Amino acid sequence: MGSPAMKLPELPIVGDPGLDENAKNLTPERIAEVINRVIDRETAARFRVYMNTCVHCGLCSDACHWFLSNDRDPRFSPVGKVKQTVWEMLRKKGRVDPDFIKDCSRIAQTECNMCRRCSMYCQVGIDVAYMLLTVRRICHELEMVPQFMQDTVNSHAVTLNQMWVKQDEWIDTLQWQEEEAKSEVVTARIPLDKEGADIFYSVIAPEPKILAQLIGNMAQIMAVAKIDWTMPSFDGWDNSNMAMYSGDFETMGRVERAHHEAALKLKVKRIVMGECGHAFRGAVYDGPKWLGWLEPPVPVIHAVDFYHELITSGRIKIAKKFDEPVTVQEPCNIVRGRGLGAKLREIIHATCSDFRPPEPSFEHNYCCGAGGGVINCGPPWKTSRVKGNSVKAEQLAATKAHIIITPCHNCHSGIEDIISGYKLGMHVKFFSEILMETMEIPDELRAE
Amino acid sequence: MYNFASGPLVWIAFIVFVGGMVYQFVTLLRSAKKDKVIYPYMSAKYGLRSLLHWLIPFATTNMRLRYETTIVTFAFHLCLILVPIFLTAHVAMVSFGWGAKWGTLSDGAADWLTILVVLAAVFFLVRRWMLPEVRFVTNPSDYLLLAIAAAPFITGFMAHKQWFDYETMVVIHMISGAVMLMAIPFTRLSHMLFFPFTRAYMGSEFGAVRHVKDW
Ligand code: HEM
Ligand code: HEM
Ligand code: SF4
Ligand code: SF4
Ligand code: SF4
Repeated sequence: MGSPAMKLPELPIVGDPGLDENAKNLTPERIAEVINRVIDRETAARFRVYMNTCVHCGLCSDACHWFLSNDRDPRFSPVGKVKQTVWEMLRKKGRVDPDFIKDCSRIAQTECNMCRRCSMYCQVGIDVAYMLLTVRRICHELEMVPQFMQDTVNSHAVTLNQMWVKQDEWIDTLQWQEEEAKSEVVTARIPLDKEGADIFYSVIAPEPKILAQLIGNMAQIMAVAKIDWTMPSFDGWDNSNMAMYSGDFETMGRVERAHHEAALKLKVKRIVMGECGHAFRGAVYDGPKWLGWLEPPVPVIHAVDFYHELITSGRIKIAKKFDEPVTVQEPCNIVRGRGLGAKLREIIHATCSDFRPPEPSFEHNYCCGAGGGVINCGPPWKTSRVKGNSVKAEQLAATKAHIIITPCHNCHSGIEDIISGYKLGMHVKFFSEILMETMEIPDELRAE
Repeated sequence: MYNFASGPLVWIAFIVFVGGMVYQFVTLLRSAKKDKVIYPYMSAKYGLRSLLHWLIPFATTNMRLRYETTIVTFAFHLCLILVPIFLTAHVAMVSFGWGAKWGTLSDGAADWLTILVVLAAVFFLVRRWMLPEVRFVTNPSDYLLLAIAAAPFITGFMAHKQWFDYETMVVIHMISGAVMLMAIPFTRLSHMLFFPFTRAYMGSEFGAVRHVKDW
């Protein structure tokens, strides 16, 4: 039962050694074994019911930025992606060839952001992202993961952080940033391994590796707000988790467990996570789900929630509002994923005088196109990723803002690529950067 | 033939329909237990909140994006379920056998609503052809399911209007009605059964876990 033939233009071929080389090791028997094992043993009610309930109506299409940005090419619609992968696997009972698996990896890993916007548009409530995550799982089991993504996952597996950061490097970076912070706010410290602190602040590994000043900024904010906080000197400080997106759920579970165990070891009251969307998702539901917990053992909040607390409680006062026109990229994983949209708006209004709301917004916002591990598939896939999100460029351009506030690391890089790809001439800032420019530092804390 | 179609066949159809639905429902509950997240995440409040929105025309963003499809979908499904239940001929057959009775549609209304269902089916057919995103995901089985759903309406109408040979037409109608009933539990027409659960699960996951609405 094929579909009626449709003439569609060829898609550009992208070379990725993780797929091209590994495809050579695949045999039809192994492919069939893995597909059938994953579908029979690792999926249950949802997978089966979604297959039987999808009425092939295509009404989810308008949800997906990939579909909208690629001239409504049906290959990029949510159900179109499921058809090209899951339906074919089931129809052929797993007897597909290596080239087919290569296409599956491209579709599930690089052309879907797991942003779940389509779940809000499917009339019957089908979770397309879950179906495509199952495809990623199959590709992972077949070792058919884009190379850059796999390298990140290898780093997680070996070092429990995303970027091969060694322990001495980590501690050195924190000491360096403490020095930097002290030169602005005299009381700024980065307390290591402080048992019983109120807050364990966790970050993603790219912060110590390439964006260290963000940690220094946080030390200043914590000092001004007089927060009792700590960071671990040992593994578990990195809250990011790309294994969650590559389909390597065993590694995903180890990484999440290390993060939560660090909090338990430090006996802190809460974990505050830095401005990252996927890391938050991993810590509050994908991780706990895999580990069999309904809720994380130590309460976890996202930086946006934390800043909201600091500002509304008056621990941080705003000296002078930021007056350039700003808009916001509402990260799926904290807005559609955790309802932080209203709080995000409130802290922006508290710190900025000229806010330009994007449209669509809140939980209907378009994904940045980078999330769900797509940007981690690396440079080979950058062109298709930027092309696959022209609606985001149009949405941002229409706000006529100069600055896009983006409280998510993946979104941050993704939006920067969109700005340069579509020549929007805008700039991206984390919320902490806005806070650094607007918060009041009392004179007695100010260095010199 | 007429006696078989109006007697045993009706029984067979209903037994298969009800039995099939029960079977699917029990299988659903059992495999939901294996799927570890379903029971812990299910929430009556958020599930019903979502269902309610998706059962009211234009209450969701996507429904407002495509007015024509929304109107046709609601008209099609409402008539599909209500017309056969309140049809004079159907009620008469049941009350003849069992004595049970309930209100009926006037002949004229039944005719028009039947025509409406057939037109809606034509709309779905055309939509499958015209929209690339629907055509791309169309299998031959989708045409078959549409035909199975529309057939009782077409044949019932033809029988009622006494087109061709009445007796043959009624028998064909009864067979097509029985086919549709028996197909529901075992084809994608089972979305009738699964819809409340898939929607309620998605509503629960969005509402209880992610603190947002899913419409
Ligand atoms: C399987 C058992 C069924 C039996 C025994 C049955 C029997 C009948 C009979 C005797 C008529 C009357 C024809 C006339 O007016 O002289 C009729 C009409 C009709 N039936 Fe059924 N039917 C069955 C199933 C269904 C189903 C499942 C549907 C739709 C979902 C359906 C839809 C209709 C419609 C729409 C009409 C007439 C429309 C009009 O008056 O214009 N029937 N049926
Ligand atoms: C009672 C609960 C039911 C609900 C909530 C429901 C819901 C839906 C929805 C949301 C769609 C997709 C939207 C569209 O294409 O218009 C759909 C399509 C469809 N439904 Fe139902 N449905 C129900 C029962 C039934 C029954 C009993 C039948 C027939 C026996 C049926 C036959 C169809 C068909 C044939 C389509 C596909 C239309 C197409 O080709 O695009 N539905 N249904
Ligand atoms: S999850 Fe997001 S990216 Fe993936 S198909 Fe759905 S809308 Fe598109
Ligand atoms: S996933 Fe939902 S919206 Fe998309 S085709 Fe299937 S039923 Fe329709
Ligand atoms: S990177 Fe940001 S917008 Fe993109 S999927 Fe993650 S949270 Fe969503």
